[in-house]
Amino acid sequence: MTTFLLGSGAGFSGDRTDAALPVVAELIRRGQPCALVFETLGERTLAAAHRAMRESPQAGFEPLLEELLAPVLEDCLDNGIAILGNVGAANPEGACEVIARLARQVVRADVRIGRVQGDDIRARLAGLDLQPWEAEAQALPGPEQLISANVYLGALPLTQALELGAQVVVTGRVADPSLFLAPLVHHFGWAWDDWDRLAAGTMAGHLGECGAQVSGGYFADPGVKDVTGLATLGYPIIEVEEDGRLIVTKPPGTGGCVTERTVKEQLLYEVHDPAAYLTPDVVVDLSGAHVRQIGPDRVEVCGIHGRPAPSRLKTTVCYEGGWQGEAEISYAGPNALARARLAGQVLRERLTFRAPPALRKRLDIIGHASVFDDDTGTLQHEAAGSDGDYRLRLAVEHAEKRWVERATQELLALYCAGPAGGGGVRRNLLRRVFTASYLVKRSDVEAFATLFEPEGTADEAS
Amino acid sequence: MKPARTDIELVTVPLYRLAHSRAGDKGNRLNLSLFPYRPEVYAALVEQVTESRVQALFAHRGASRVSRYLMPNLAGMNLVLDDVLQGGVNGALNLDGHGKTLSFLLLGMPVIVDSRLL
Repeated sequence: MTTFLLGSGAGFSGDRTDAALPVVAELIRRGQPCALVFETLGERTLAAAHRAMRESPQAGFEPLLEELLAPVLEDCLDNGIAILGNVGAANPEGACEVIARLARQVVRADVRIGRVQGDDIRARLAGLDLQPWEAEAQALPGPEQLISANVYLGALPLTQALELGAQVVVTGRVADPSLFLAPLVHHFGWAWDDWDRLAAGTMAGHLGECGAQVSGGYFADPGVKDVTGLATLGYPIIEVEEDGRLIVTKPPGTGGCVTERTVKEQLLYEVHDPAAYLTPDVVVDLSGAHVRQIGPDRVEVCGIHGRPAPSRLKTTVCYEGGWQGEAEISYAGPNALARARLAGQVLRERLTFRAPPALRKRLDIIGHASVFDDDTGTLQHEAAGSDGDYRLRLAVEHAEKRWVERATQELLALYCAGPAGGGGVRRNLLRRVFTASYLVKRSDVEAFATLFEPEGTADEAS
Repeated sequence: MKPARTDIELVTVPLYRLAHSRAGDKGNRLNLSLFPYRPEVYAALVEQVTESRVQALFAHRGASRVSRYLMPNLAGMNLVLDDVLQGGVNGALNLDGHGKTLSFLLLGMPVIVDSRLL
């Protein structure tokens, strides 16, 4: 069996949209079986997607989808590189339509797009047997507050999409590593109870799912942990063998680095108990993991074991969170910190009688060099800055928009009615979506894949 | 020939001088991995970066529980902190709802080590 290569094209919603280009070029150069994964859906972005869809039914999928896919779609289709992504977010149908249009633009109208469904359980939520997720214990929001409920699906429906011949697989909520595990299972024919292999494939996904975080991103600390080429970071390629052995690397000629340190930091990223990392596909035990540098920008990971998958699946519930407002004002030069603190005191006092007690609020003081600086940032590079450059930030939250407007208005009023030399005021308001997590019975979830057809009916996988 | 040094000079330094860390979040739960630059420092970290000291360091953020998982194979540890994210990515008023900056709060913790390990 040959090595399978997993490339990462994006590690979160808002990631660099030119990152996939060198990865795809390297996958083509290697000519081995491979897949490219776009992981763009977090707890924050799922909530944002549902909010976007409430405001426009045509929205709700990854906003950067077109920018992410357009540069590489044609090369991937021509070279047999499967693309998988949770870019569907709250609206996989909408994402499929965009991809079909992009494919038509490069004269690949026959593209086969697989769509994974079954994660959206909002309509059935009230009738399901729910348990609170371990770290949270809150009451289920009422139906009027409920915006969405999405289960973290596993890799199985994604492999069904690949079996249907999908060249691009679009999902909503699936566990991030499952996006990587699915093409491995499809390629190697791993059994769904081959726990050690599933665990190794899951950790390949875990290491790749955050893009550059394993190859020099979220790592550099000048003079301590230096990374060259942060502006041209190479996103990871994970080489996986049939027996589950895996090597993390990146395209040659790119910035960043793959070292034991970058890999160890990412190995534990968002992990709780390393002996029981729960995914829909397998419970991973990475407590015995070994990490070894075997060449420049090549790190081997082994010692990963697996146990049977959990009987319940995690579900993210999004519900109305009222409004959040933020406003800021700057003070700089002599005695700036004292003036910023005074502004904060004035604001606190005003809010005691200008806003309701239920208003949740906080004040921060931010600062290095901003308002005294020039457009080229001269002061930022000076060892000693000015006497100070501080920015008072107010953040508030309330169910009613009017109180959030009123409270942030009080910060704006510091222009004329606050301490001396206050300037550079900004304000923004946004509708909040809260999230909570629950566990649903696996048997209550029905996940499946279909081939997307813009006008006709879809074929269902058995 | 220099005489062999028998005395041990202990110094107090921030963890930052000895180790690197990364923060991750799920809901209102934060995890901080911690790895010494030199494996010889691992034992000192196990002894001094305890659950109770970490909880005290994050007390102002409302830490309700800290669980520590040792990873001797990697010469590192994973610290899991409950309720320090003030609502988490969708619920916090803090600029950093993910808690991504908090690895450097941990790295400010003072530890006492043999100066030869620096």
